[in-house]
Amino acid sequence: MTTADDARADTFAKLLARNAAVRGDRPAFRHKDLGIWQTWTWAEVYNIVRALALGLSRLGLKRGDTIAIVGANRPKLYWSVMAAQALGAVPVPVYADAVADELAYVLAHAEVRFAAVQDQEQVDKILSVSEALPHLEQIAYDEPRGLREYDHTRLHPLDEVIADGRAALAQDPGLDAWLDREIAAGRGTDSSIMLYTSGTTGRSKGVLLSAGRSIQAASDTVAFDRLTDRDEVLAYLPLAWVGDHYLNYAQGLVAGFCTACPESTETAMQDLKEIGPTFYFAPPRVFEAMLTRVMIRMEDAGALKRKMFHYFIDVAKRYGEKILNGEPVPLGGRLLYGLGELLVYGPLKNVLGFSRVRTAYTAGEAIGPELFSFYRSLGLNLKQLYGQTEAFLYVTAQPDGQIRPDTVGPAMTNVAIRIAEDGEVQFKSPGMFVGYFKDPEKTAEALTEDGFVKTGDAGFFDADGHLKIIDRAKDVGRLADGSLFPPKYIENKLKFFPNIKEAVAFGDGRDCVTCFVNIDLTAVGNWAERNNVSYASYQELAGHPLVYDMIEKHVDAVNRSLAREPQMAGAQIKRFLILHKELDADDGELTRTQKVRRRFIAERYAPLIDAFYTGATEADISTEVTFEDGRKGVISARVKIRDMNTYPAEREEKAA
Amino acid sequence: MRAPGSNAGVAAGDVLLAVENVSLRFGGVKAITDVSFDIRKGEIRAIIGPNGAGKTSMLNVINGFYHPQEGRITFKGRTRSRMRPYVAASQGIARTFQNVALFKGMTTLDNIMAGRTLKMKRGFFWQMLRHGPALAEEIEHRRQVEEIIDFLEIEHIRKVPVGRLPYGLQKRVELGRALAMEPELLLLDEPMAGMNLEEKEDMCRFILDVNNQFGTTIALIEHDMGVVMDLSDRVVVLEYGRKIADGVPDEVKRDQKVIDAYLGVAH
Repeated sequence: MTTADDARADTFAKLLARNAAVRGDRPAFRHKDLGIWQTWTWAEVYNIVRALALGLSRLGLKRGDTIAIVGANRPKLYWSVMAAQALGAVPVPVYADAVADELAYVLAHAEVRFAAVQDQEQVDKILSVSEALPHLEQIAYDEPRGLREYDHTRLHPLDEVIADGRAALAQDPGLDAWLDREIAAGRGTDSSIMLYTSGTTGRSKGVLLSAGRSIQAASDTVAFDRLTDRDEVLAYLPLAWVGDHYLNYAQGLVAGFCTACPESTETAMQDLKEIGPTFYFAPPRVFEAMLTRVMIRMEDAGALKRKMFHYFIDVAKRYGEKILNGEPVPLGGRLLYGLGELLVYGPLKNVLGFSRVRTAYTAGEAIGPELFSFYRSLGLNLKQLYGQTEAFLYVTAQPDGQIRPDTVGPAMTNVAIRIAEDGEVQFKSPGMFVGYFKDPEKTAEALTEDGFVKTGDAGFFDADGHLKIIDRAKDVGRLADGSLFPPKYIENKLKFFPNIKEAVAFGDGRDCVTCFVNIDLTAVGNWAERNNVSYASYQELAGHPLVYDMIEKHVDAVNRSLAREPQMAGAQIKRFLILHKELDADDGELTRTQKVRRRFIAERYAPLIDAFYTGATEADISTEVTFEDGRKGVISARVKIRDMNTYPAEREEKAA
Repeated sequence: MRAPGSNAGVAAGDVLLAVENVSLRFGGVKAITDVSFDIRKGEIRAIIGPNGAGKTSMLNVINGFYHPQEGRITFKGRTRSRMRPYVAASQGIARTFQNVALFKGMTTLDNIMAGRTLKMKRGFFWQMLRHGPALAEEIEHRRQVEEIIDFLEIEHIRKVPVGRLPYGLQKRVELGRALAMEPELLLLDEPMAGMNLEEKEDMCRFILDVNNQFGTTIALIEHDMGVVMDLSDRVVVLEYGRKIADGVPDEVKRDQKVIDAYLGVAH
């Protein structure tokens, strides 16, 4: 293709053709196989994708069909996505760990006629629900192992599909031209992918995205983070998640960078170190787990190494972020930091696979300010973004140099954001979705009359124009005096203290905010050991006056920080108590993904909440618990309640 | 779990190993008394029995570790009287042990590589130089070992010393080392002992896959009855060193002697 077509590459297949022409010998994909990294260039990938597209079309795949993609991040699955898009079919990636029922729902709802899957596990899952899938005709698989004795009338190894396409191309030169026409026939308005939402609220919905919009959005962010074909990513996030499809697939095709696929899910961390990506994304819990692992390993290190580590981490805390933000730092500090880079930060980043990272993002939930600062102080350019499947990911992102732990940054290029009267964040973005598949009603519900997408999240802009997300809009309440009550915002502030594992705030329609606190047994237990506090059980430790004193300090700190934010000052915590037992998914208090089930907890601990608002200083509670072996028992306790000071709202807004 | 009789067709009449009237004594203790059975090519053969029935002794006889006082063992049509374990190994018999027997300080990769020792052609001198033909040979062996690592899904522990691995994974590595010999007959001594349910399911799948994909004949000792009945094509039952039953799982399950001796008396 000529460069004139370049600007008009409005489908992913055209982008692939462009990459093959412009940077044909640059690496496009890597995959570690049999212990060795295999690499495919853009020209090779284009070649394979053409053969695969033809092979799939010979099996019957045609424009407008849907094809399920199920499995881990494998090059052949990405290529299946490309091949389907080249033919004008719509790929529907499905979470590889979805149970058969979920899989059946999505495949049936999307009316897929084809499926490209990773291995026997996925084939078995699909076959087990094949009665529910009347549309499904053919299944292609990547990994032949264990499938030898299966009935192969509807089952094909992807390698054979590719070989078949290749053979056909070799025999009939007309097919090449036919493929070119198919690719050229693609329009930017075509649906390019359907991503199913996770379905935490009801059945999951199929979010349809169009090729042109997706590419426009990806072009904006590629420019925003200055990504080029010299960049490299490790694709370890689920294929079916918008993050992977956006960050790796769409940006990869737009910028022409290389996507490396890990050897297996378990080796991702090791592969990260070997590849040394330049662009990286991970949810906060991954960063947290990494930090914990580093800290544990440092505890086991020799005394000298440990001292050096802690000394230089302190140095990084003082100067690291300032240096990264380009703020003035004394020469001595710079020199010391340089030495630290040589001795500690460099090797540490190397172990974590961050040596070459230019841009790293985190999103999905609030990240603890300390955690966030830790990585930034090491020199990792970690930033936050806020996004949604409906936006094709980006709504806001932090530009380099304007990083704060508690905001998600200003609107991304070409994105319009407004805050509705009830505090809900609404946006219009280049990549926004076309609609929910077969669900015009839900589509209408998600959009405002003037075409903005309702996020369902409540937030506000701070003085610098950075968006701050506080909670799900439906969870945000009001106190009796009308001031805002965002429970999760308060709880997150509490949970950033390592001693606090979980917190549940109450206050909607009441006259003050109150809060349950769950202590973190590891952190508080450790503290107890160091301070000679003896205890026999969780319950005893949780009720210990010294523990109460410690938590009181944390709650006080949260109140001070809330007082500094004009919108939040009214939501300071008046009374709190430490629960006598850990909230547990087995007791229905948390979801399986460890989110608190607010309403259920409010019912279960109603006597405690009553005590909060009647002014009692302690209350009796007995709850049924389920032990790990399934037995049930009853725990009763008398729980103390503490009163807190609140602070007047500070009125020192920036003169912006 | 497997297509019924998938191996029976190929294996019909094709005896890979025959044990005939074997008796083994340690001084006055009779470990095995006059036992005969055969293992057909391509099948999964289980040896079961209560504790002390002589199962492990039987495996030790088959791979030449013990030498029976009476009886004959025929492997691939060749009858042998006395044989050393390494001869058995070079003829294509590999085994794993009841208590994992790996080189604890060596990595998974090196342990499995050790399984290929018999396949290495170059002598000590060349290996020491690690050049030319020895290097080419090592690359080829490494490729084979990587296939096994991929097969057993242990990529993530490739470079971890096995002493640091949990028991279930050590068992998998041991299976890997046995597979590295590309055996014709694979002897597994309680491959699932001490595993949790998930590890057992994984191991079952690997055993079936080995049998299915490489066509390896497998003889295994196992205590988990569910596993034995699911996995094996035929079962031989020992009690006090004697054979009390032999047949397909369903037959054996119904055999009164077996029920009495091993599965507990049913009413």
